[in-house]
Amino acid sequence: MFVIETHHLQKQFGDKLAVADLTLTVNSGEVFGFLGPNGAGKSTSIKMLLGLVKPSAGNCWVLGLPPGNVQARSKIGFLPEHFRFHDWLTGREFLHFHGRLYGMSGQTLKQRIETLLTRVALLDAGDRKLQQYSKGMLQRIGLAMALLNHPKIVFLDEPTSGLDPLGRLLVRDIITDIRNEGTTVFLNSHLLSEIEVTCNRVVFLKRGNVVREINLKDNEIHINELELKLGPVNDSILQGLAQFGSNAHRDGDLIRMNIQDEACLPQLARWLVGQGCEIYRLAAHHPSLEQLFVETMTEDNGQLTVDS
Amino acid sequence: MFTIAHLTFHEALRKRVLLAAIVLGALFLIIFGVGIYFINDAVIKQELRLPPSAIRTQSNRLAYNFLAMAGLYTVNFLLVMMATLLPVDTLSGEISSGSIQSLVVKPVRRSQIVLGKWLGFAFIMLIYATCMIGGIVGLVAIMTSYDLPNIHIALPIMLLETLLLLTLSIAGGTRFTTLTNGVFVFGMFGLAFIGGWVEQVGGLLGNQAAQNIGVVTSLIMPSEALWRLAAHYMQPDGIGALNITPFSSTIVPSPNMLWWAIGYTLVVLMLAIRHFLQRDL
Repeated sequence: MFVIETHHLQKQFGDKLAVADLTLTVNSGEVFGFLGPNGAGKSTSIKMLLGLVKPSAGNCWVLGLPPGNVQARSKIGFLPEHFRFHDWLTGREFLHFHGRLYGMSGQTLKQRIETLLTRVALLDAGDRKLQQYSKGMLQRIGLAMALLNHPKIVFLDEPTSGLDPLGRLLVRDIITDIRNEGTTVFLNSHLLSEIEVTCNRVVFLKRGNVVREINLKDNEIHINELELKLGPVNDSILQGLAQFGSNAHRDGDLIRMNIQDEACLPQLARWLVGQGCEIYRLAAHHPSLEQLFVETMTEDNGQLTVDS
Repeated sequence: MFTIAHLTFHEALRKRVLLAAIVLGALFLIIFGVGIYFINDAVIKQELRLPPSAIRTQSNRLAYNFLAMAGLYTVNFLLVMMATLLPVDTLSGEISSGSIQSLVVKPVRRSQIVLGKWLGFAFIMLIYATCMIGGIVGLVAIMTSYDLPNIHIALPIMLLETLLLLTLSIAGGTRFTTLTNGVFVFGMFGLAFIGGWVEQVGGLLGNQAAQNIGVVTSLIMPSEALWRLAAHYMQPDGIGALNITPFSSTIVPSPNMLWWAIGYTLVVLMLAIRHFLQRDL
């Protein structure tokens, strides 16, 4: 079942096309990574899904309902990218206010607040005013706010910005926990290493279009880079390696090539030994998400375009 | 909606502009009270030197009325300033900072956010305005035993003027930045103010064109007309014809202006909701 579905979603601000043609689906219970360089239209897309911004064209549904639908909003959590608070409230008052907006009250709300303050490691700071919170603490109380209503889907726009490594680890754990509870997470982050660890699936957004989709948990990244350190080899060995993969080339005293599947490695090793080669190193690497990101974003001209 | 109103009420209480207005308002009432005390003292001493007469009594009443009207004239400006400044950034500020986003994605309608904020500020301003107006009227009554006429009619009119400006300030916040909104609302008030004076001078000189300018500006922005109507009710009969105080009107706004102002306020509030519903956040 899709919890988010968009068809040719478009947003134009005057002359500027912020989102050109966004078509995607998000499955229930998955952690979905939404990646792209600055100015790719990520935040505008999230705002359209939340009903904060009206699309210029196209359609979208969240939990089967149009964006901005009050019934759908009661099941949605959201941590905005540039999170600003009523900083004269204490942490507990802040969560209480937002809980009331979800229609929560009494002991249920009180218990939920204590649970979440504990979960984001702010129990001791709950009675301090938000203006005394550090940036990381504000980010964590914002995350608690986004989870107040046991959301079916939670949108996290740069949830780890401003967090130290321990804070990032805590957020990663929370994302894993809520995913295990069945909550869908729509995650926008520039920290690709975080995305790589937490997400089931990612899409790359470029100039408002989805240009690539990768299923991270099903090992959909088939292309491996193979690094070989061999004794002296001649060109016929290099040509012979082509039967196991592509793009075999020298790189200093190493040979690099691409292979589709690691299953070919034992056969490749036997072949090299049969050719009389001495093998000092044979290592296959998955390309990192960062490599794929850079590769995707530079496909047009080899230059990474970063809008301000 | 009441959760938003509750938050707005508490937020407003924490604003320094309200604190400043309360402190200055209290200071103003103290100074006004001391002034009344000494003026009343002088009036009593003068009375002892003169034989009692109906003319003397009427003269004293005019003096007390003038004093009360001067106080209320100042309070009116204070209310205009407060009704404009207190909510001036409530929507525009939250829109520009992005804090509105975390409210709008909650299961509340955008109209409830606007109405909640309006209710919270209206509650505060009505209390503040009633205290300030009541303070002036009460001080005059206690110290001089002079009761301002028709205060039960004038008070609601002044409260309506306060609500009108407050509504305009909230509505402006759905469309303009905070600074532009402040300039817009004060500009509208200034327009009505100068239009009102053009109308009065036109009335004195019998110039119909000048009077028409006043009528048109009153329709564009009824705040000054409301004040002049309230001032008319609070002054003794015939004082307007004498043109002896800056608060008396040669031309009294029509009571129909009340209905116009009520309709104006409601329409502005609806426009605020409509624009907030339609705008991207």
